[in-house]
Amino acid sequence: MHPAFSVIFLTTLLGAGQGLFLAMFTGQLYALARFLPTQEDQFYAIGSLVALLLLVIGLGASFFHLGRPERAWRSAAMWRTSWLSREVIILPILMALVFAYSVAHLMHWTQPWFRIGESLGVDATLLVGLLGTIASFALFVSTAMIYASVKFLEEWHSTFTVANFTLLGLASGFMLAAAYSAYIGNPLVPFFGTWAVVLTLAAFVSRGAHLMRNARLKHKSSVQTAIGVRHTAVVQKAQGAMGGSFNTREFFHGRSPATVRFIRNTFLVLVFPIPILLIVAAYAIESTTLPILAFVVQYLGLIAERWYFFAEAKHPQNLYYQSIS
Amino acid sequence: MTQLALVIDLNVCVGCHACVTSCKEWNTSGWAGPMVDQNPYDGSPTGTFFNRVQTFEVGVFPNTETVHFPKSCLHCEEPPCVPVCPTGASHKRADNGVVLVDYDKCIGCKYCSWACPYGARELDEQEKVMKKCTLCIDRITDATLSDRDRQPACVLACPTSARLYGDVHDPDSEVSVAIRERGGYQLMPEWGTKPANHYLPRQKNRMYISPEELTRVDNPLRKEDLTTYTGEETLDDVAW
Ligand code: SF4
Ligand code: SF4
Repeated sequence: MHPAFSVIFLTTLLGAGQGLFLAMFTGQLYALARFLPTQEDQFYAIGSLVALLLLVIGLGASFFHLGRPERAWRSAAMWRTSWLSREVIILPILMALVFAYSVAHLMHWTQPWFRIGESLGVDATLLVGLLGTIASFALFVSTAMIYASVKFLEEWHSTFTVANFTLLGLASGFMLAAAYSAYIGNPLVPFFGTWAVVLTLAAFVSRGAHLMRNARLKHKSSVQTAIGVRHTAVVQKAQGAMGGSFNTREFFHGRSPATVRFIRNTFLVLVFPIPILLIVAAYAIESTTLPILAFVVQYLGLIAERWYFFAEAKHPQNLYYQSIS
Repeated sequence: MTQLALVIDLNVCVGCHACVTSCKEWNTSGWAGPMVDQNPYDGSPTGTFFNRVQTFEVGVFPNTETVHFPKSCLHCEEPPCVPVCPTGASHKRADNGVVLVDYDKCIGCKYCSWACPYGARELDEQEKVMKKCTLCIDRITDATLSDRDRQPACVLACPTSARLYGDVHDPDSEVSVAIRERGGYQLMPEWGTKPANHYLPRQKNRMYISPEELTRVDNPLRKEDLTTYTGEETLDDVAW
């Protein structure tokens, strides 16, 4: 497939935004359980505003993917059958919840509405945070299922796709939370950093397994089933167009195998080992800049990861577009 | 239920592209149009087509065979391109089974093209909406046309009658009989899309003649006949 930058930015920015929001809420929960020092409301408010910003930019990027962006509102219609439609519905809901979460903290709406047991006072931030958590995971699943549900793209048609989108999004979000804490100099860097490392390792296992699965993949279709001629030697001589077509532009990345391999190795280095080492180093020397660097490096790596995700997938329609003349 | 479709006879298709040009002419000037042409007179002409004729070579020289292969939307009975569409622009008509795109609803997200294994859908670079074969829906549903003209433009244009059109759910239709009696098959059956369009395979008429059929080697009369011949006309010359 042709990797479109609109979709690369959409999926990576949404992932980081959801992850950052979940990191903020996790921080609040830990503080509530007194595992962490309680933070100013402002900390959560600004953190989730940054998450909202990422979601907004991601949404903006997605419009560049559409031929007719002015009609985008129509895309909520078919939520019963289309994962794309479901994503389109859940994204604004999540944005509203993240915004509400931020506002609730900014306005100090932290008077408990009711109590569960002795110590747990349920306030607006907790409820909205919980709803936001559900929406975040629903969004991870629908974004990934847009790709994983297309059975013709056998490289994508796998639970690994959902696992990777979720874990990589979470990892980059917690990485960003560590960077944010380091930037404002609060003591939560080791907490977010540890989670970021754990999630990055989990993502490494899942992404690695996905790569290995795809390396062994045998495609269902062949040029023989494509035109229905039973012969071992069938080659295309003409595709009915000399200057290419939508089919050659949308479904081929046009890069050499060496480039594709280079991008894969790049993301394997940038997404996993370097950010982990940087976080560990930051912990060891108590640096406040290394966590920021870790996030930036990992995010750049994720762009390469998403590029490779698209380039790796081979669509069966390509069998009809093997040679021009 | 009716399922209109094409049956394409690969045995007689000569790859002349008449169906391609008549399709483009009819559809670019009608309900579905315009279908863009970019750089039509330059080095890399490209544009939107509902129907393309491709060419494949089967076998290794000198035992090769050329297969001309017209390809358009197959109007699948289980169209995977329809449920993925977020707007409902892509739909399958209940009355005749034709798969269509509503160009006023389509947002050009290209998702349906990912969900078609045949590459039958093309995004129009100018209109920015998804386009594909409509089976000339504006012709075949136009009751004012004569029976002869109420067919897709490509069918009318084909000089070798390689394109048959009809209802593949009616067992007695021309297309159903052709599929049944002449080995009609579907493309990429492994995906379970159940294409309504079928293809008729290439067929060769071969006659097998053994040497025995040309020269009678075991003429029983010759075996039993004890006459000594000296060049005159014999029973062999008149009877076999
Ligand atoms: S051939 Fe492709 S576009 Fe046409 S109905 Fe089948 S899946 Fe859809
Ligand atoms: S490109 Fe148009 S027809 Fe295709 S899925 Fe998107 S909205 Fe539907």
